[in-house]
Amino acid sequence: MLTKRIIPCLDIKDGRVVKGVNFINLRDAGDAVENARFYDKEGADELVFLDITASHEKRKTTIELVNKVAESIFLPFTVGGGIRTIDDIRNLLMAGCDKVSINTAAVKDPQFVKKAARRFGSQCIVVAIDAKCKMNTRKTKKWEVFINGGRTPTGIDAVAWAKKMHLFGAGEILLTSMDYDGTKEGYDIELTRAISEAVDIPVIASGGAGTLDHLYEALTDGKADAVLAASIFHYREYSVRDTKNYLKKKGVAVRL
Amino acid sequence: MIAVIDYGMGNLRSVQKALEVAGARTKVTSCPEDLDKCDKIVFPGVGAFGDAMKELDRLGLIEPLRDAIFDGKPFLGLCLGMQLLFEKSEEAPGVEGLCVLRGDVKRFRGIGLKVPHMGWNNIRKKPGAEILKGVPSGAYMYFVHSYYVKPRDKDAMLTSTDYGINFVSGICKCNVYGLQFHPEKSQALGLKILENFVKL
Repeated sequence: MLTKRIIPCLDIKDGRVVKGVNFINLRDAGDAVENARFYDKEGADELVFLDITASHEKRKTTIELVNKVAESIFLPFTVGGGIRTIDDIRNLLMAGCDKVSINTAAVKDPQFVKKAARRFGSQCIVVAIDAKCKMNTRKTKKWEVFINGGRTPTGIDAVAWAKKMHLFGAGEILLTSMDYDGTKEGYDIELTRAISEAVDIPVIASGGAGTLDHLYEALTDGKADAVLAASIFHYREYSVRDTKNYLKKKGVAVRL
Repeated sequence: MIAVIDYGMGNLRSVQKALEVAGARTKVTSCPEDLDKCDKIVFPGVGAFGDAMKELDRLGLIEPLRDAIFDGKPFLGLCLGMQLLFEKSEEAPGVEGLCVLRGDVKRFRGIGLKVPHMGWNNIRKKPGAEILKGVPSGAYMYFVHSYYVKPRDKDAMLTSTDYGINFVSGICKCNVYGLQFHPEKSQALGLKILENFVKL
């Protein structure tokens, strides 16, 4: 049986792992390769690296880092952040990651996703969606897509956007709730479910994990195929193994 | 030496690295002569069925590959590299595969589950296969694919996996092996399979 995936996420800035609250206030959480090795041993199902390095020149550091990580683990991993061109994707894949996550560039040019999927295959194209709740006039919940690391609203509806990206060849959706990210109050279950029900490709829930029950909710009520978490793992509040044992006891299929 | 076939579609470093850890000397190559010189061949598939056959044709690799396989060289196809061993695929109607094994490649359809089949799933293994020594039936392997093989020859099945349907996730026929999952991404048990292949 296909298991639900537990994915530690490492935000990378200038080669170091950092973690912020609501996309700001960054705290240092250690060396990236060490973190990757640690999670590999702990039984993580995949790893995600989000490069939040601001300047373009420093992105070379990221390529080197991806290479070092790829040499140290036998686990699928995804790299995202600042990917704009087919060459960016090529360079990252050649450096050794298995998938790339595209966010801002997809909104600016949806055809880019189509081209990337055609060139490299859907299996390695993840579309990341940062979404924020907004009530409409009928008081029903809607979510808006934000880009540029959550700084720029786009007016695009997140559910419609996910469907479109699926159609354009995305192989997976990495969905982050901006309202919940870093709060440790739990994932946005409604958002996760809305997106997961709208597309036939896997959805990774992200943003808000604080307890193991939050992960359980996202995988069951939220219908997510995978959960991504950063701080609960980096600060060793829970180990990946504890997490999986907990989920298994509650009847979720996990790889132990 | 193990030749790791490169037809220019992606990074083969992870496969190469995993084989090295498993104790092999490797060479990533797209050169037909290397298929003659090597002891074994690993063929990691990247991209789509049609493009891959086109590239193999352009590089003049189709006949050398078939020759090496029919000469009895141990051959391991991974993911698309296994699918290409068959006659045809729904991914590329009208394109002929390597036709080493009879059967075709189908897309997951109407199974009520998400496609691609992505993540960790169990393999049920046929008892006795040397290449799976030390790998328990039920072991988890990492999959990412939208198509699966349907061998005509039922005996060619090495492992099967459930995803809406029960499909063939590994094949073994004489010197030819194929795995739909990625042993190079499947941690210790994946490496064990590669190690077994290296030792064959």
